[in-house]
Amino acid sequence: MIELVDLHKAFGANRVLRGVNLHVPKGKSMVIIGGSGTGKSVLLKCILGLVKPDAGQILIQGKDTAKADRDAFLARFGMLFQGGALFDSLSVWQNVAFRLLRGTQKRPRAEAREIAIEKLRRVGLKPEVADLYPAELSGGMQKRVGLARAIAADPEIIFFDEPTTGLDPIMAGVINELIREIVVEMGATAMTITHDMSSVRAIADDVAMLHDGVIQWTGPVGRMDASGDPYLDQFIHGRAEGPIEAVR
Amino acid sequence: MILAPVAALGRSTLSGLAALGRIGLFCIATLAALVRPPFYIREFGHALWTIGYNSLPVVGLTAFFTGGALALQIYEGGSRFNAGQVVPSIVAIGMTRELGPVLGALMVAARVASSIAAEIGTMKVTEQIDALVTLSTDPMRYLTVPRVLAATLCLPVLVAMGDSIGIFGGYVVGTGRLDLNAAAYLENTVEYLEPWDVTSGLIKGAVFGFIVAVVGCYFGMNSGRGAQGVGRATKSAVVTASVLILAANYLLTELFFSA
Ligand SMILES: Nc1ncnc2c1ncn2[C@@H]1O[C@H](COP(=O)(O)OP(=O)(O)OP(=O)(O)O)[C@@H](O)[C@H]1O
Ligand SMILES: [Mg+2]
Repeated sequence: MIELVDLHKAFGANRVLRGVNLHVPKGKSMVIIGGSGTGKSVLLKCILGLVKPDAGQILIQGKDTAKADRDAFLARFGMLFQGGALFDSLSVWQNVAFRLLRGTQKRPRAEAREIAIEKLRRVGLKPEVADLYPAELSGGMQKRVGLARAIAADPEIIFFDEPTTGLDPIMAGVINELIREIVVEMGATAMTITHDMSSVRAIADDVAMLHDGVIQWTGPVGRMDASGDPYLDQFIHGRAEGPIEAVR
Repeated sequence: MILAPVAALGRSTLSGLAALGRIGLFCIATLAALVRPPFYIREFGHALWTIGYNSLPVVGLTAFFTGGALALQIYEGGSRFNAGQVVPSIVAIGMTRELGPVLGALMVAARVASSIAAEIGTMKVTEQIDALVTLSTDPMRYLTVPRVLAATLCLPVLVAMGDSIGIFGGYVVGTGRLDLNAAAYLENTVEYLEPWDVTSGLIKGAVFGFIVAVVGCYFGMNSGRGAQGVGRATKSAVVTASVLILAANYLLTELFFSA
């Protein structure tokens, strides 16, 4: 479904991606792990076209995104940003229902609001928050509203950038389950970035580890513990000693 | 060594021209987005409100005091023997042709270009613009077009209102402070004022409104990262909009009145 071929991206002298190759099959949940600042968020933004890669190809369903119709791709797509990226001029429910209030998927306001409240419930938020503004919410609540917005229009491809950071363990569990549900029940293809190893085990079909600008290891989640890769081992066990330097 | 200041001057001139070119390209992109749907009516209404209606007080006050000061100046400037005629006509022509549009637009630049740049800049920094794209919404159509359209339509209205208030300010000072005859003041205002004086000012207003909103949006969309980036974008928006307004005013005046 999503295929990255030899992707490169540098910001000035900072060569963030140096030849990323990755395949995400349709209907599967791919989790990307890797140290802070290794370019995971940049990778997702490249796929979306928000950041222009310097070299390499991004294929979605076999079509090169550089040439294909980006609008058609984005219409089936949802993304949770690392910082939430809620529109602070709109109320919570209008944020969630953003896609349902305009454009090709437009529907009556009352219906859009109902869907928004239902999605809010799925991320563990009460209907009362629907009429608040993003600035009135806690960080974890904003994150969940962002998640509700990402899934509001039942997308086929979803990217989650650190969906559980800033949440309590119980809420993190709820969100992990939700992401799993979206992939299994709705057949969506998901790419999730996370640092939380319990999240990885809960949501992943496949895992890819980004390090030094390339995919250091990729494989099914079941093989992660017996990979024999010293980088991956250090990461999943959170050791300070190993091939990955602590100062980056 | 001696050339260093000259080199610095050249560098800033070049970067200024480059920025002007990019703003020009941004204008073209705005106009292209303007004529293709979707149109965001709700955003447009909101922009009308914040840009137009909320600018009424500052434009009105500016015009009132300017009209009053103008009346005083002309009176003191040696024309007190024929003041009954000269003061109202110069106040009316001065307000409608020059001061109404220019001062009104400068006040709006301070108020609106800054707030547009800060708002859009913050949206850019907090990834809200990226989020718009992922929600299949073109930021140019959703953010820029409503603001530019609203400012272009609102400024002539604000200018017209400023003109009237400015003339009224002149009248208040002229009749209250300078003891000019009230009826003659009004009569002379109407007598000497040509429709083109007013129309030309309104056209200027529309151009200035376009400049204010385009510049505000441009600097917002191209804001640097972090609070500092937004601060710089806001400052650049106000300065650039003000200078461009004054430059455009000269060009338009040349175009309209130098036969
Ligand atoms: N727009 C940009 N301009 C310049 N540099 C950037 C930009 N976006 C990202 N970077 C740089 O790219 C690198 C990777 O950033 P990225 O946000 O992808 O990290 P990450 O892997 O998501 O980290 P984290 O886990 O902390 O979120 C960083 O060094 C960052 O400074
Ligand atoms: Mg990140």
